[in-house]
Amino acid sequence: MPKLWRRELLKAATLLPAMGAVAATAPIRFVPRTMPSAGGNPPDYASPPQGFLSPQEKAFVDAAVARIIPADELGPGAREAGVADFIDRQLAGPYGAAETWYMQGPWQAGTEQQGYQLKLSPAQLYRATIREIDEHLAKSPAAKPFAQLDARSQDDFLHALEKGEVKISGDLGKQFFEILVVNTVEGFLADPIYGGNRDFIGWKLIGFPGPRYNYVAEIGEYGRKYDMPFVGIAGRDSPAKEA
Amino acid sequence: MATRLPSVDVVLVGFGWTASILAKELTDAGLHVLALERGGFRDTIPDFSPATIQDELRYAVRNGLFEEPHRETLTFRNNASQVALPMRQLGSFRPAAGAGGAGVHWNGQNWRFLPTDFVARSHTEQRYGKRFIPADMTIQDWGVTYDELEPHYDAFEYLCGISGKAGNIGGRIDEGGNRYEGPRRREYPLPPLKRCYSTVLFDKAAREAGFHPFPAPAANTSKPYRNLYGVQMGQCTFCGYCEWFGCGNYSKSSPQACVFPVLLGRDNFELRCQCNVTRVLRDSTGKRATGVAYVDVAGRPYEQPADLVILCAFAQHNVHLLLLSGIGEPYDPATNKGVVGRNYAYQITSSVDVFLDENLNPFMGAGALGQVVDDFNGDNFDHGPHGFIGGGYIALWNTGGRPILQHHLPDKTPKWGSAFKKALAENYLKAASIATHGSVMSYRDCYIDLDPTYRDVYGDPLPRLTFDFHDNEHKMSKFVTDRAAEIAKAMKPRAMHVKQREKHYSIVPYQTTHNTGGAVMGTDPRTSVVNRYLQSWDVPNLFVMGACAFPQNPGYNPTGTVGALTFWAAKAIRDQYLRNPGPLMGA
Repeated sequence: MPKLWRRELLKAATLLPAMGAVAATAPIRFVPRTMPSAGGNPPDYASPPQGFLSPQEKAFVDAAVARIIPADELGPGAREAGVADFIDRQLAGPYGAAETWYMQGPWQAGTEQQGYQLKLSPAQLYRATIREIDEHLAKSPAAKPFAQLDARSQDDFLHALEKGEVKISGDLGKQFFEILVVNTVEGFLADPIYGGNRDFIGWKLIGFPGPRYNYVAEIGEYGRKYDMPFVGIAGRDSPAKEA
Repeated sequence: MATRLPSVDVVLVGFGWTASILAKELTDAGLHVLALERGGFRDTIPDFSPATIQDELRYAVRNGLFEEPHRETLTFRNNASQVALPMRQLGSFRPAAGAGGAGVHWNGQNWRFLPTDFVARSHTEQRYGKRFIPADMTIQDWGVTYDELEPHYDAFEYLCGISGKAGNIGGRIDEGGNRYEGPRRREYPLPPLKRCYSTVLFDKAAREAGFHPFPAPAANTSKPYRNLYGVQMGQCTFCGYCEWFGCGNYSKSSPQACVFPVLLGRDNFELRCQCNVTRVLRDSTGKRATGVAYVDVAGRPYEQPADLVILCAFAQHNVHLLLLSGIGEPYDPATNKGVVGRNYAYQITSSVDVFLDENLNPFMGAGALGQVVDDFNGDNFDHGPHGFIGGGYIALWNTGGRPILQHHLPDKTPKWGSAFKKALAENYLKAASIATHGSVMSYRDCYIDLDPTYRDVYGDPLPRLTFDFHDNEHKMSKFVTDRAAEIAKAMKPRAMHVKQREKHYSIVPYQTTHNTGGAVMGTDPRTSVVNRYLQSWDVPNLFVMGACAFPQNPGYNPTGTVGALTFWAAKAIRDQYLRNPGPLMGA
């Protein structure tokens, strides 16, 4: 055994408080660099039991993902796959808090090539934008929050948001919509342990059988459809189904 | 106050491929070797267990095994007239943190560079004339030749257990392999991987187009294998989770799978994880390294004395550490003087997606399962009529069909709504992507220095990257992509989508983790940081490993050459330096 190869170091690291962003001149922050090993268990830290969104925010997200990947003649969509739950949990975890992102100032807008330069974490961006969207809609002729519009009006509004035609704190609405679409696709196609892709709805639509271990025999069967049952990390049944 | 620790013979900064190999080679020589790794410890079990590693969201999307920008990142701008801003989340490239380094999460696409790549300037001048090279292009010869590196390429391939087919053994060309490669002493250790359907279709189409496809050399084992160090590896199962993941099957070559089992138990080897080196320390003459300063996971500072210091961190991190330590003259683009940070380069990539009628089962894959056309790489073709230098390979890789990031949709598919959903359903099983992977030359205005504004968690200035693609690269990439489109067309797809790499370099979309240069090797201290043995010109008991030594970036993935250079430097240290510590070359 190497003398200083100690699992204890990893364990100790998880006990240290994670502090928020500090000014560039502040003392060193010590945050564990990598996640401690899951030790063979599914990573339940990524699915905290309580989500981030308020009931109103959750209603917005649920309504929006139902338009981004709708239920239609091809079968159930993102709403039925539990994508709002997925997003709710993701926003409550390290992703929502931008825990691994560099979030020190000074802040300024950059070029497209320089990438994301907002001071907002994903969770903050959802919160700020959803509030503004519903306020905007309350003042509009519809006078209803997004979740209560009919599907056609929701689509029209999302198209306008995508094109930057709805002004939400400058161009925040457009950036928010891009991230919402990305998160929706993630939730539709991620392993069901994260709360979306419920009953493998997403994988069944496209034909991905799940994380299977060995295709040595099948890889040479050119053109044949692979027809073993769908599986996820937690097995054949989606844990979301029991929830 | 930093705690001063007992001295060791050798301290290695980082613990990826290069440090693992050096640790094995130098402990073999009887030295006491210490490796300091900024990330955590990781091993095949439990960290890459097949029961949990096949998790696309956790590893590929949320970056489970990579460096975390909140601790240290870099700032970026396309040119010196812009204000560089921090790369706040990983994008264009994804270096690792943790034992095994990026050797854990690579695909295993393992190449040798061409003999002419090592003499890029002299060869180009000789074949095409001096004026063929643009005035602001700062390419140079490496100071080491392909023939000198050949035994060390061989060693790395037999360490990894590369699956492939030789195209040139001792000058005898075999059309089953890459007819353009430099001569090798013997066949690859393992036969090529089984082919999947999409690579078979690509192979046929490439032959129809008049090109010479061959199976890619893969650091994914086609059979069980006992390696150079006597370590047993398993057979790849085509699970499709190589890149961004650790391999739980001992069948993707990595420090864990290939070196750790014979290294970690040695009495004269020590590994300290979550220890971040912040400076190389020197004596009052500035000509001798006395060790390194580092900070542990609890924030405690240490001084670690050592007789020999070897930087084995990722390319730009080695450069950053040299700049912070004040070793070597920093490069100044205004005067074109100085060397540290000079000749940063990257890779230029593009793709052509093809949509077929047949079921391709893309999820049955491996990181380096592919067929490749090398007819337009390096100087394998006459550049005279084209007005650019360099080239790239064209490959159909089937690395896996992970659904979030690896679904391909036809051009102009809406990003959401029923039409998007329909396109997902119709194309996931029937699409493949042909990649081009091209060289990037070095230029006077592409470099790394220290940022004047932004700092890392240790309070040190972040490295600042100034980089953009130049006309030479755009011309080359378009030429190679057009050839890829010819192959795509010959596959008779119902739809295809040519994605040229145009305009400015962007740090946002993932391209490759093939960052090179900044501490380049050579034979002239005015244009190189390290000599041809990767030894610092300024501090002879300091060596610098990795792709930061590449004077420009050829059209292949870098790991094979990084491995070969490590064995080459290890031999120089063992056979020459230890007998007579001092400069291995006169300046």
